Amino acid sequence: MNDLRDRFTGRLEDRRFLTGTGRYVDDITLPHQAHMALVLSPYAHAVLRGIDTAEAEAMPGVLAVLTGADVLADGLGPVPPFFMPKMWGGPEGYATLRPILCTDRVRCVGDRVAIVIAETRDQARLAAEMVAVDYDPLPVVTSARAALEGDGVPLWEDNPTGNLSCSLEMGDKAATAAAFAAADVTLHRHFLTPRLAPASLEPRGCIGHYDAGEDRYTLHTSSQDPHGFRAVIARNVLKCAESRIRVISPDVGGGFGLKAHMHPEDALVLWASRRTGRPVKWIATRSEAMMTDTQGRGQEIEAEIALNRDGKVLAVRATAWTNMGAYFWGTATPPFYFAMQLIPNVYDLGAVDLTNHAVFTNIAPMSVYRGAGRPEATFVMERLMDEAAAAIGMDPVELRLKNVIAPEAMPFKTATGMVYDSGEFANMIRKARAAADWAGFPARAEASRAKGLLRGRSLISYIEVAGVMNERMELRFEPDGTLTILAGTHSHGQGHATVFTELVADWLSIPAESIRYVQGDTDRILVGRGTFAARSSMLGGSALLRAKDALIERAKEMAAVVLQAEIADIDFEQGMLKVRGSNKALSLIEAAKLFYLPAGPANLLGIGLTGAGTAAGKPGAAPNYPNGCMVCEVEVNPKTGALTIERFVAFDDVGRILNATLCEGQIHGGIAQGLGQALLEAMTYDEDGQLTSGSFMDYCMPRAEHMPAVDSYLLEVPCATNPLQVKGVGESGAIGTPAALVNAVMDAIRPLGVTSIDMPVTQARLWQTLRDAEAGV
Amino acid sequence: MRDIVLNVNGKTRHARIEERTLLVSLLRDTLGLTGTHVGCDTSQCGACVVSIEGETVKSCSVLAATLPDGTAISTIESLATSDALHPMQQAFSECHALQCGYCTPGLVITAIDIVRKNPEGLTPDLIRKELKGNICRCTGYLNIIQAIMRGAAAMGVPTLAAEGEAQ
Repeated sequence: MNDLRDRFTGRLEDRRFLTGTGRYVDDITLPHQAHMALVLSPYAHAVLRGIDTAEAEAMPGVLAVLTGADVLADGLGPVPPFFMPKMWGGPEGYATLRPILCTDRVRCVGDRVAIVIAETRDQARLAAEMVAVDYDPLPVVTSARAALEGDGVPLWEDNPTGNLSCSLEMGDKAATAAAFAAADVTLHRHFLTPRLAPASLEPRGCIGHYDAGEDRYTLHTSSQDPHGFRAVIARNVLKCAESRIRVISPDVGGGFGLKAHMHPEDALVLWASRRTGRPVKWIATRSEAMMTDTQGRGQEIEAEIALNRDGKVLAVRATAWTNMGAYFWGTATPPFYFAMQLIPNVYDLGAVDLTNHAVFTNIAPMSVYRGAGRPEATFVMERLMDEAAAAIGMDPVELRLKNVIAPEAMPFKTATGMVYDSGEFANMIRKARAAADWAGFPARAEASRAKGLLRGRSLISYIEVAGVMNERMELRFEPDGTLTILAGTHSHGQGHATVFTELVADWLSIPAESIRYVQGDTDRILVGRGTFAARSSMLGGSALLRAKDALIERAKEMAAVVLQAEIADIDFEQGMLKVRGSNKALSLIEAAKLFYLPAGPANLLGIGLTGAGTAAGKPGAAPNYPNGCMVCEVEVNPKTGALTIERFVAFDDVGRILNATLCEGQIHGGIAQGLGQALLEAMTYDEDGQLTSGSFMDYCMPRAEHMPAVDSYLLEVPCATNPLQVKGVGESGAIGTPAALVNAVMDAIRPLGVTSIDMPVTQARLWQTLRDAEAGV
Repeated sequence: MRDIVLNVNGKTRHARIEERTLLVSLLRDTLGLTGTHVGCDTSQCGACVVSIEGETVKSCSVLAATLPDGTAISTIESLATSDALHPMQQAFSECHALQCGYCTPGLVITAIDIVRKNPEGLTPDLIRKELKGNICRCTGYLNIIQAIMRGAAAMGVPTLAAEGEAQ
């Protein structure tokens, strides 16, 4: 592993980011560009009685003030979810139809009510302040359980199931009940995973440009999935052919799932441009971003585990309430689904009985955030395992080893229907235990005690499902013999330009300098799904491999003509097309150039040397299952609630390693976000549905001081479901870390009689928990 | 409106601005230096850090009109030559200390300042404390800390690995 790291000399994309020449949306200025500002609902739930735009329209620089009535008048359609659980075999559910501007009702703080377009950003914002909106407040509900228990006015009156969109059920109720009845020990815990802000450092932003001469729209937007944005905007909002919209996502300053689906502004700027005849830019302020961005997580769960005294786990039963917010929006289905489906984790659980309720409330919509349901599932299972180990007096590592799925059992179908292809879970646990000096813990705990501190430790396993949807990649030789990668995936920090270029350079034996990487432009890329859910190594990589194969096959046709041989007799080796059994050869680059000459063999074979490849994942084809093991050790000051992370070891099975340094970079970043979830972050609303964590002064994300040293180890267990044998890595760190940290804290404070602590485990919460324990609360 | 004259990245720049214009807006919108970024609006994130007369400052918290004429400002665009990156930029690349790149300009400016302020030497823990004004949502900071150690060494400042720190 070290030698792989030593070879790293930087990424191909680094120079522009390091020199300030990256191109994020707000760095782009189109000629005659105007600016859009939003009028957002200050109420969490209200009837919209009326909007008076007269004063705003009279403000300096204002070009237009548009409302929901204008949306309806112009025939712009509402936006349904990207897909519902039904597409993955789940229940039908109530899918909301969200207008891009509200017409008669607002359902959360930050709902879009009107837009103002003006010459400058400041003018637009000042005028937006002058739009007078008449609201008639309605009762508000912010908790998912309360919204079902009759406290909440229904958000969607045509939904026959009130505030419930759907209930997803998995497992076998009867078998689980039987296992619980037969078990030596059962225990129950209640867990909360707060809502989190993805908080990409680049806020969402976009520029819409309607070209009346061409009758065509161009959208520059900070997106993880340009083609997906285009499809939704074309089909649902503008109701035009997708080819009439070009979506360009240049450099994107972090996504984490936030930018995996369009937000109303992406359609609003296009419409505003059509209305005003000017390109229209909108860049979220941070407070707008906090209020209007989709959020991740937001789950309450009652979970039970049944096991025997010897440590054999028999069953898990759980009921969860997922706070969908005001709309079923974007890609909310995957977290809702995976939060249940991955509960079995790396264990052979016997039976499960799992229910997840998707509930509407008066807060911002939930959608994907790094991990998307997998951290919730891991948290439930790993917290239960530690509580169970404590209950039966067993070492928590031994309990896990007793229940993990053996490599010989692969492919293994879990109680929730996932089929794991590969993984060495016990091996990984043993390695992690050794690397973290698990055996030396008692001495370290004693040393902590001598200082008046409590020491706790944890070892957790996680599993991830990566590789959703299909993907397409294309390779195209240019007439000068250089090569272009046309990627359907989308890198926004992951380093695809480097990894995909390295792969192609290696396969074709051509220098990386002669390869150009193109992404994020629907006019240049035929189709693509973008990047989220750790999908790009497997799907982008495998599609790229097949594109390479197709390209070589075509190049062989040229070699056959030039070298006067049969195609079947031509081999491709180290950049050369060779006639088997002879010394006749043609370089791939020379063959490529011949394909572009104005006369010659290209007349016979057709002009151009390209290759396209496709790869498929879930649903319909097998995904991959990255997995890993983390060991964490913490020290708690019982007087102050101060917490320090003393040790953090991460083992990650990423399948075949494509670039070790970039893998570790993903793991570090995921751990930081998992640490944020465990210890610092929560999007919070008061009882009126007002956002109380609306800026970076209120929403605490990890800084350098929060981050412990991490011992990261990559394990290569080849994946059986794709030709590159790779597994995803983008979400790995974020999935296991919350469970690792909270279990370590619990291990430290359980002896004081504490049975549970909610995330985020802030110093204040830890201090209060310790005081409550002292007082016997 | 006010006329101001600043020395930006070694060049004299004239601008007519409103009194309320923030330095970051002047740099980005008026002078076209878009390497300085805006991440939070409340001076929490450090994406907008520039150097004013040798001091690192969050340019979202400075009214441009308050700067005396001739004030020297350097931004991320000033560091590299056409041939070579600044040693700190080079170290960031070699240590994979950037992912999406949005926070990177502010971090590089801050990192160079950390080295200059601590000529006696750097440790990872000291760097952690010095980075309190910068948020990176991608990297988890560990590679940034390593990069600053490496960049410091390349700039001639001694570094000392703390005990237990991953190398």
